[in-house]
Amino acid sequence: MEAFLSLFIKAVFIENMALAFFLGMCTFIAVSKKIETALGLGIAVVVVQTITVPANNLILNYFLKEDALRWIGVTGVDLTFVGLISYIGVIAAIVQIMEMFLDRYVPALYNALGVFLPLITVNCAILGGSLFMVQRDYNFSESVVYGLGSGIGWAMAITALAGIREKLKYSDVPAGLQGLGITFITVGLMSLGFMAFSGIQL
Amino acid sequence: MDAEIKKNITDPLVDNNPITWQILGICSALAVTTSMNTAMLMSIALTAVVASSNLSISLVRNHVPGSIRIIVQMIIIASLVIIVDQLLKAFAFDTAKKLSVFVGLIITNCIVMGRAEAYAMSHPPKLSFYDGLGNGLGYSVVLLVVAFIRELFGAGSLFGVKILPLVSEGGWYQSNGMLLLPPSAFFIIGLLIWAVRSWKPAQVETPTYKIHEEVNPQLV
Repeated sequence: MEAFLSLFIKAVFIENMALAFFLGMCTFIAVSKKIETALGLGIAVVVVQTITVPANNLILNYFLKEDALRWIGVTGVDLTFVGLISYIGVIAAIVQIMEMFLDRYVPALYNALGVFLPLITVNCAILGGSLFMVQRDYNFSESVVYGLGSGIGWAMAITALAGIREKLKYSDVPAGLQGLGITFITVGLMSLGFMAFSGIQL
Repeated sequence: MDAEIKKNITDPLVDNNPITWQILGICSALAVTTSMNTAMLMSIALTAVVASSNLSISLVRNHVPGSIRIIVQMIIIASLVIIVDQLLKAFAFDTAKKLSVFVGLIITNCIVMGRAEAYAMSHPPKLSFYDGLGNGLGYSVVLLVVAFIRELFGAGSLFGVKILPLVSEGGWYQSNGMLLLPPSAFFIIGLLIWAVRSWKPAQVETPTYKIHEEVNPQLV
């Protein structure tokens, strides 16, 4: 249990997807002008991340790894080289299924997430989460915890940045730094703040 | 035709740079720039993928129904990235190890998808190829500039070759360790954008909220 807790804390703070690994930066910068939209996207990322990382973990362990197809009687096959295409396919499919499911059964949440769901397919935080899971060889329960933690970390970072940017628009920024430039500097300072967590050993 | 090819290649270098102007593909621009080696390899990999994905997508553009075009683009891009990934693992294993997941993340790099959707779907193969090449080079320019600053001042070397002798090794240069940490990449790109926009004022964004000039009551 303790191992899961420390993995969770590590995924949220120390190895924050957005601020320590720069993942999902395009959407991170583009959709962080308002707190409400940032929060909506953040929640969508948490949900999708928590489902796709374990799903890709199952794909890896039961289809792609060397000898993983033993359960249907095929041995000596190593399919890890098609990993990339399967992970992105799984992500795109899950996002699509989730969109249809939410539309049918939870319309309130569907309307709240709106345009963000399809956007998530190309968010590198999602694919990055799955690739880190593969690289670090997480087992199934670890991958659930990691998916949830990294999603929450990303959501927290984008909401915090949106909060700063809402105040920032009232400040007197030099012309050339206006918009994109000052946003980068702000994210840099936030990332510097998050570096403080890197000393924590769990 | 030739003029358009030239425009497609030179335009994305500064005027319409994918990173500083279109805000595309930033993730990897920040993550792989701690040394020139990794930045160079990443630039080559990305330029190859964008150019060839633009070419292949443009070749099949008239046979793809609009409703499934995203999936088709995704599969073409993912297959090209797998080829690049396998090639890097075969011929540049050590550097490829340092790039870790970021080679795989070329799939979701918005430059590739963005150019496929915005250009290759509506232009002939030859022009699309050069457009991809130009955008790949525009990305490479930013990547190499950032990596140059970070490696030279952070570790005192370029491509792993010592340029500034470090104090810790008996030289005179006290290295700036922060340049090797993630936050510095944000600062450098932010300042780079500032520099480019001071040079090309047309790129300056208009503020959403203007501060009113203070009116001096004695002058009124």
